Amino acid sequence: MPEALEATTKDATAPESVPAAPPAEKDARARSLWSDAWHDLRRNPLFLVSAVLIVVLLAMAVAPWLFTSADPRHADLAKHYLQKPNWSHFFAEDWFGYDIQGRSIYARVIYGARASIAVAVGVTALVTILGTLVGMLAGYFGGLLDTILSRITDVFFGVPFILGAMVVLTSFEERKLWVVILSLAFLGWTQIARVARGSVITIKQADYVVAAKALGASTSRILLRHILPNAMAPVIVVATIALGGYISAEATLSFLGIGLAEPTVSWGVDISSGQEQLRNAAFVLIIPSVMVSITVLAFIMLGDAVRNALDPKLR
Amino acid sequence: MGRYVIRRLLQMIPVFIGSTFLIFFMVYALGDPVAALFGDKAPDPATAARIRKDLHLDQPLWKQYLLYMGAIFQGDFGTAFNGQKVTELMAAAFPVTLRLTLVAIVIEVIIGITLGVISGLRRGRPLDTGLLVLTLVVISVPTFVSGYLLQFLLGVKWGWVRPSVSSDARLDELILPGIVLALVSLAYVTRLSRTSIAENVRADYVRTAIAKGLPRHRVITRHLLRNSLIPVVTFIGADIGSLMGGAIVTERIFNIHGVGYQLYQGILRNNAPTVVGFVTILVIVFLVANLLVDLLYAVLDPRIRYA
Repeated sequence: MPEALEATTKDATAPESVPAAPPAEKDARARSLWSDAWHDLRRNPLFLVSAVLIVVLLAMAVAPWLFTSADPRHADLAKHYLQKPNWSHFFAEDWFGYDIQGRSIYARVIYGARASIAVAVGVTALVTILGTLVGMLAGYFGGLLDTILSRITDVFFGVPFILGAMVVLTSFEERKLWVVILSLAFLGWTQIARVARGSVITIKQADYVVAAKALGASTSRILLRHILPNAMAPVIVVATIALGGYISAEATLSFLGIGLAEPTVSWGVDISSGQEQLRNAAFVLIIPSVMVSITVLAFIMLGDAVRNALDPKLR
Repeated sequence: MGRYVIRRLLQMIPVFIGSTFLIFFMVYALGDPVAALFGDKAPDPATAARIRKDLHLDQPLWKQYLLYMGAIFQGDFGTAFNGQKVTELMAAAFPVTLRLTLVAIVIEVIIGITLGVISGLRRGRPLDTGLLVLTLVVISVPTFVSGYLLQFLLGVKWGWVRPSVSSDARLDELILPGIVLALVSLAYVTRLSRTSIAENVRADYVRTAIAKGLPRHRVITRHLLRNSLIPVVTFIGADIGSLMGGAIVTERIFNIHGVGYQLYQGILRNNAPTVVGFVTILVIVFLVANLLVDLLYAVLDPRIRYA
């Protein structure tokens, strides 16, 4: 098993680093914003650690069978949760012990990555699209449209996030993955919208936008070719950090008993069933909680590192 | 100043209406309060119809909302499904959560700003880097994890504090829950004040103050800190609302019967009047806190004047 893990880590890292690397340039002045940022990032240990972690986590979500041969749903009551972790059995079925139904916690933690990461990635994708759209329209056109869109943003911002998500989710009989994704996205897009709006307002005064207008470019061309690519930097940073936040939100909702539910395997589901046995078998709760914390940390660190690399003021 | 406040109050009206209507819509249109009243049993159609009529649930949604808002402004938040007045529940729950939030804010402000100043003045040094990484770690640990962990270690294992809070919820019992509630925000406050201090420390007015021969602590507290606090104050203002709403996890772990507890019960049982009533108050708290923050700007930065 350890060999398999290492192999996937390396395989998965390689393609990621190739397209992002800039062509070897001697002239530092010619570097664009992103290649300049990449130049900084490659030397930042926080970025490297978080990137490796994220690649491993994504590999877990895509191909969990590479990490364990155990079945996360196979319950062997004889093994019961009293069977404690065997910390020296690396990557073995009993590495993290067994839960109350005698299911391998190691297998469940590996397979749980998929649901938790799918929720976070799905919500982040929807929120980024919706938020950027609203923010771009409000920021570029201004006036009455801006007033209306900004007030709508304020309205959604005023409803507490976890509370709102709970209210929406309780109204569904069956809380499938897409239900959780849509509910969180429904309430979560405001932050991106505000960031995108601010960014677009700054950029629309730039000379190249004025030049494009003077040359008679259509509004849609200005928005898509000039404004959007240049306004995305802060949006991507906020979205990366928010992705970590949604992992945490999914787990919190499950902790409250309102997130995903069995038979879905997710960290949140295991956390919510683990809390009942906190006093006798704390590891059942702690291990998925640690996974959630590490994942959130990886995304927040990544976002933070990218932000620092993009913002010359912080150098 | 007066005109600015009035303009801001007027701007709050559409947001208040929108947010409350949104929550009203989510509770009454997405869920079915009458079905919830009967639990798992299917309600008798005639009874259900009568209850719907009594609660105005047979009217269109916008009319229900208007009737509800009309009642609220006469101080009537309706009756929870167990027969208790929602205002009674509020009178019992809000003081508890207010105390908890207060403890959390005090911890957040004192520790967060202190750490931020220390870190910002030593920008780039090992202490600064260490604190920055530590804040990231704290931000990534979900509240229920840190809550359970601290409760288990301090309350159960070492027995320093009582693991759960009594029904009076005295201030000294609320210190540990307050820390748990504050942790994530504390890390944000540290980071925000650190960045702000690190930026301002090179400002001309700081150099002038040092050149005048003012003592170091005076330069830091009177010149540097006052000018660096604006982003921190903005954050804390927005945080008051989310802390009160976010207390739902903390209150559950430490068995505190505050706003979070009532909302949790209300949402699980689809107890519509409780949920809408409590969230309405939370929205008002959120809006007023943001207004107060804007007014504080003028106090902190003399360059900002509201006409």
